[in-house]
Amino acid sequence: MTEQVAHWFGLGAAEWQAVALSLKVAFWAALLSLPLGVFVAYALARWRFAGREILNGFVHLPLILPPVVTGYLLLMTFGARAPFGAALQEIGIVLAFRWSGAALAAAIMGFPLMVRAIRLSIEAVDPKLEEAATSLGASPIRVFWTVTLPLALPGVLAGVVLAFAKALGEFGATITFVSNIPGQTRTLPSAIYAFLQVPGGESAALRLVMISIVLAMGALILSEFLARRMAKRGRGA
Amino acid sequence: MSISVQLRHQFQGFALEAQFDVPSGVTALFGRSGSGKSTVIRAIAGLFAPDEARVVINGRVLCDTGAGICLPPHKRRIGTIFQDARLFPHLSVRQNLDYGRRFSARDVPEAEVAQMVEMLGIGHLLDRRPAGLSGGEQQRVAIGRALLSGPDLILADEPLAALDEARKDEILPYFERLRDEVSIPILYVSHSPAEVARLATTVVAFEAGRVTGQGGAVEILGDPNLMPAGVHGAGALIPARVQAHHADGLTELSAGGVPLFLPTLDAVLGAQVRLRIAAQDVILSPARPKGLSALNIMPGTIAQIRMGEGPGVMVSLATPAGVVLARVTKRSAAALDLKQGMPCHAVIKSVSIARQTVARGAVPLGAGEVRDGK
Repeated sequence: MTEQVAHWFGLGAAEWQAVALSLKVAFWAALLSLPLGVFVAYALARWRFAGREILNGFVHLPLILPPVVTGYLLLMTFGARAPFGAALQEIGIVLAFRWSGAALAAAIMGFPLMVRAIRLSIEAVDPKLEEAATSLGASPIRVFWTVTLPLALPGVLAGVVLAFAKALGEFGATITFVSNIPGQTRTLPSAIYAFLQVPGGESAALRLVMISIVLAMGALILSEFLARRMAKRGRGA
Repeated sequence: MSISVQLRHQFQGFALEAQFDVPSGVTALFGRSGSGKSTVIRAIAGLFAPDEARVVINGRVLCDTGAGICLPPHKRRIGTIFQDARLFPHLSVRQNLDYGRRFSARDVPEAEVAQMVEMLGIGHLLDRRPAGLSGGEQQRVAIGRALLSGPDLILADEPLAALDEARKDEILPYFERLRDEVSIPILYVSHSPAEVARLATTVVAFEAGRVTGQGGAVEILGDPNLMPAGVHGAGALIPARVQAHHADGLTELSAGGVPLFLPTLDAVLGAQVRLRIAAQDVILSPARPKGLSALNIMPGTIAQIRMGEGPGVMVSLATPAGVVLARVTKRSAAALDLKQGMPCHAVIKSVSIARQTVARGAVPLGAGEVRDGK
């Protein structure tokens, strides 16, 4: 079936492989970073603690650092011979040169965008409503699940979409950390890069470029739509 | 049923030091804006942690900083009605009402919900979202939501302040019904003498972070020392009995044997009511006035004269009906040579006894009754 879809788009097997891998990597990157993203966004939005600014800076680092630096840091931390990487290998999780490593790199690169969107939506939730929920007997964790999160939901979804879109396009950190292995770590941008390196690869690259543009536009439109929904909800409609 | 509160907190340039013990019923925390009433409410609710606090409700210690006990707000079993209704916008009215019920320490049966919905007149709103409701409707839902969380105490923090006059008149009767039909004690914060006069069984007066007096509503509202001359709308409470309805549109009341006339009151003959007579609506006359259009003349003796900072003087007159407060100018006081112990008459226009300040129902009405209830 996937070949039919690929054929429909006029894609060769290698090109389709890159698109499918990118979607898989981006999906898991966005999904798995979501709980931590919500937690960090909540902490930054609602808690006053020492080191809050440091945490904020740390979260934003991947946005500012050259992606190759982030990729190299990942390699030093999660590479096969790096301390973390070796420890994870012991329990059967291999990140180096695997699609899971690509997902980790994409998650880290998309994390600042996700946290920013969620943090804004949590800050838009009136703390007076949380206070009212507390006074009605809801514990802080219940207040979060029944009031804060539902009211911030459009922003959370927008954050997920942004992180997903960022993950689809991640190149620098991914190629540095997990290289460019067809079927394993060759995502859309890596594939475009690879096609451009060989003679006669331009038409395949162009098709992938078109797909990238469609996916990115789709994600942006969806996140804009969610942001508008959020604004409307904030007015109590 | 009793509520015991002791609080102490040092703000920058402002010290809060409040202590009061009040019985069940509606207790009004009464004072000007900025006198610390809302801070007290927030401290009782656990939303604010003062330097020192001891809060005991019906023997249950909610907070005792001396003993290192301080329950978090969600474990205090206190329902708070805020100035803004604070309904959850993502939930329907029904879901809002059910919110507190889920966490209630006691099982709030469905029948109680139905009864509350009926009492607050919100049955037709249950499936709506809060955003589509008027301010008054929202506040009624908020009242129901607080009550259905099964609280030991209701805190109402200026629940009418954000509403216009018409909406206030819409909500006040619901608070009267709460007072008369629900046995949960209520602490009601207000800076409006009219609201306090109508609802309160007990009053705790606040001034600059301190409790300046506490007791029955009649005593506190009639005490000129607790009602500074500058306070807007100071006025005494007079208990009275409905004597007759006259054909010319007036109702005759008897207050300690003194006849009082006011525009027709919707109350049966013999019913107990209490009137708030605003100090600024009272004219004083040493001799019994003649040829005056005002119908209500109460003889009495000047009990106290209190100079204000401005041009006003607060005179309290002991009459057979109780204490009447009159606010006159320093110039008039000097011209009439008003002195303590001097016989004097209070003159009140019938129409100045506003109908909405007349409270009825199961409020402790007679002054004696209030004293007993202390």
